[in-house]
Amino acid sequence: MQVKDIITTLNLTVFGGIQGLAHEVTGGYTSDLLSDVMGHAENGKIWITLQTHKNVIAIAALKDLAAVILIKGLEPDADMLAQAKEEGIPVLGTNDQAFETTGKIFNLLSH
Amino acid sequence: MNKYRADLHIHTVLSPCGDLEMSPANIIENAREKGLDIIGITDHNTTRHCKLIRKLAEPAGIFVLMGAEVTTREEVHCLTFFENDDQLSEFQDYLEKHLPPIPNNTEKFGYQVVVDEDEQIIDEIEFLLISALDQSIKQVEEKVHSLGGIFIPAHIDRSSYSIISQLGFIPTDILIDGIEISANCKLSSILPFLGGQTERTIIRDSDAHFIENIGTSFSIFELEHRTFSEVKLALQRKQGRKVTIA
Repeated sequence: MQVKDIITTLNLTVFGGIQGLAHEVTGGYTSDLLSDVMGHAENGKIWITLQTHKNVIAIAALKDLAAVILIKGLEPDADMLAQAKEEGIPVLGTNDQAFETTGKIFNLLSH
Repeated sequence: MNKYRADLHIHTVLSPCGDLEMSPANIIENAREKGLDIIGITDHNTTRHCKLIRKLAEPAGIFVLMGAEVTTREEVHCLTFFENDDQLSEFQDYLEKHLPPIPNNTEKFGYQVVVDEDEQIIDEIEFLLISALDQSIKQVEEKVHSLGGIFIPAHIDRSSYSIISQLGFIPTDILIDGIEISANCKLSSILPFLGGQTERTIIRDSDAHFIENIGTSFSIFELEHRTFSEVKLALQRKQGRKVTIA
């Protein structure tokens, strides 16, 4: 499944980083501790978080993550968005909280 | 140049997690016994005990850095210090404006009381001081520096509430005046996170919440004399001033 398929199914907002919409999604990782993501997220995962700091994109790029989903209606900081566009990492948004978002994506990838 | 023993991270009874014995008078008495020359007063998201402690410290020969341990929106703890009353008051207004209005539950978190020099309670803070401000680390850093203050990410080796735990690494656009490590931190454990920034000044403090912990960790500041600007010079390692840790 590609990032764009998840966007369509979950009706996510696309903030930027559209070069990466065809990234293959191999699973998800839900965490707000960037040190944890850096240590444990595997490549191809879609990252669900409430952190809007630009370090999110640096770590997503470093770990080859498929995309980032910001929950609860949060929007990326301006410098986060700028870096996402540069790195081609899609930054997406939803009004759902982490629990619902994680559950929906888990179901989607399990089928 | 003179050597001064400094513990720049001390909580008072005003922090909900600060022990009831951490009154301004007790802190000064204990700091004197421990041979500290410089102390930093850093309650969570408030500066309201700083002026009293500085007043009590003067006859004891202790120099006080007035500030707070701020929790940013990313839940990064940062030490902040200010030179004079006006800057401190303006920063206090900023903290009150940006602290979310979540009532403190004294049973769960502890009391948040302001006391006078006779240890009489003169005020109690209604909102939980350990909440995160609605301001990013960059916004807090910019506010501190706009007031001529000092900005130091706290206990960066800790697995929670540190710039490294919350943000993975130290962002290059944050202007920091030094970094703090906690009592038992081995320097080698944090070097990988500093990247090309190993030229930073490192301080070590006690993060005391209990009276017996004051001064159990400290840094040595080499200064001409004890002033705010001399401390700044030492953090910048300029004009022969410097900081060393044990």
